[in-house]
Amino acid sequence: MTHWIILPVMLPAMVAPFIILAARYHMSIQRVATVASMIALIALAAGLVWQASDGTVTIYRLGDWAAPFGIVLVADKLSTMMVLLTAILGLFVALYAIGSKWDERGRHFHALLQFQIMGIMGAFLTGDLFNLFVFFEILLIASYGLMIHSGGNKRLRAGVQYVLFNLLGSTLFLFALAAIYAETGTLNMADLAERAQMVSADETVGLRIAAVLLILVFAVKAALVPLHFWLPSSYAEAPGPVAALFAIMTKVGAYAIIRVYTIIFPPDLEATAGLHTQWLLPAALISLALGMVGVLAAKTLDRLVAFAVIGSMGMVMTAIALFSQEAIAAALYYIIHSTLAAAALFLITDMVRQGRADLRLTAQAPVPGHLLIAGLFMTTAIAMAGLPPLSGFVGKLMILDASYTSPLMPWVWSVILISSLIGIVGFARAGSTLFWKARSIEAETAPKGAPPSALAAIAAGGLIALLIAHTVFAGPIYRYTEGAAAQLFAPEAYIDTVLNTPGKLSPMTEEN
Amino acid sequence: MEFLVASAIGAMTAGGLYLVLRLRTFPVILGIAMLTYAVNVFLFASGRLTVGSAPVLREGVTNYADPLPQALALTAIVISFGMTAVVVMIALGAYLGSNDDHVNDPVEPDTEDRT
Repeated sequence: MTHWIILPVMLPAMVAPFIILAARYHMSIQRVATVASMIALIALAAGLVWQASDGTVTIYRLGDWAAPFGIVLVADKLSTMMVLLTAILGLFVALYAIGSKWDERGRHFHALLQFQIMGIMGAFLTGDLFNLFVFFEILLIASYGLMIHSGGNKRLRAGVQYVLFNLLGSTLFLFALAAIYAETGTLNMADLAERAQMVSADETVGLRIAAVLLILVFAVKAALVPLHFWLPSSYAEAPGPVAALFAIMTKVGAYAIIRVYTIIFPPDLEATAGLHTQWLLPAALISLALGMVGVLAAKTLDRLVAFAVIGSMGMVMTAIALFSQEAIAAALYYIIHSTLAAAALFLITDMVRQGRADLRLTAQAPVPGHLLIAGLFMTTAIAMAGLPPLSGFVGKLMILDASYTSPLMPWVWSVILISSLIGIVGFARAGSTLFWKARSIEAETAPKGAPPSALAAIAAGGLIALLIAHTVFAGPIYRYTEGAAAQLFAPEAYIDTVLNTPGKLSPMTEEN
Repeated sequence: MEFLVASAIGAMTAGGLYLVLRLRTFPVILGIAMLTYAVNVFLFASGRLTVGSAPVLREGVTNYADPLPQALALTAIVISFGMTAVVVMIALGAYLGSNDDHVNDPVEPDTEDRT
């Protein structure tokens, strides 16, 4: 049963070469393989969630070497939740790519998708900082390929920016890792947690620099202001389903911040205390405000959605930066909501793009499948802007509630509430221009293209159905995220499981 | 030796950053290459600087170098080489397609049909 943990990484890693080697010229086999592996991944991830739901931390030692010498994968409530979210998103993205025929517009879409999923799964499951870097690289390499999938000048230019920015981020990550290794002599997270406590109070310069560098790297991944420059043009230019998949990539940054700053540099660690309240929280609030102002100011729909992603990451990071147990639980709930909503918005944007000359927010003749797309857009916009009754509202309430006891409560409340209002205005303006005013424009020629295929509509609608389910089952899901947050704030079980599970070279066997 | 290694890392990082800020693809790629050299040397240095000590356990050897940073640097070198090649290809494609090698955002309105 312990081998379950590595399967979410291994399965895509085996399906992808199969697709390239055996099914290179058979699009239908590729599609079947992708969808089958995604469904299998959901089943696996659901099993992992079920296994972790009673609070057990499971560990997988590669090559049976004991930590901290060997590489470990660790599954606790937080990582299994993120793995399940990735698997579900992967399925809908694959379905949409098949339904809208995006996968035929360039080569190797399905293989790259599998590698991307493999990297994301690995990043969530690894218990070792250097392997976090390696899995980041795997997911980035695949995303470079997906980003410029089906080519075009504009996409290539946006791709250059995206690759260069992420390469700089990777370099920064390596600097941070080298600094941490120089200070502590280990990169295993559980081992680091113990050794970071041992560093004497007046020799923490290296550790502090490393902590700040790491938070910078993860903030680049999470597109936190002022490190968000790469996001709008890359997400706007990426193919629709790819941008939807990228909705989970910003969450990898948020996940890494939660993981590293609860286990290695917990809030009570003197060397890095105050990092989140003094630096992370203002940056998060500015991202939230800037994202929502961007929603209002955007001239094209794809940019609008990209700025909405920045805003929702700002919301997630605000909750994380408050760093109390309730705030992290609310942040985890909001991460699920924001991933699903952002992915659905990108898919709907792509549907609009198929039926219009461009994505500028001007009144043009109705797109084919007008009513359906307008309905989907309205539902998702309500969720994204955080209006009742959908999960955006519930999540926002949780975050407001969690910040109630914080001394910075007036700041948090005013920024969240005012930026929500701006976001609502932005979405309402975009929706009314795109879909309402379109009714009054006579189509001079026959509408461009066909209405979205049934499978594409099902993929986008399925994400929205999940959003509704996320709202209806807010109670049980919040209890799970609460448990995950409690587990994060009591990392003893995690550290104990990682360090004291015997394997080859473990101290216990040496003594015997 | 510490001074030499530290100043080499510092000089390479400074040069790399300067080139990255030039905002044209060729200098930026060179700058990223310099930054990755700097970080690889930095990774090596994180295991403490020693001369002539063995990284592999053997009988009769008492002075050991830390083998882990060497493994880390090896992984980092492979990844950074591969990534530099990828970015050269993408940048070349973008340059040949639009006859413009600036890295920053084009401002022209979004009118091109993208399919």
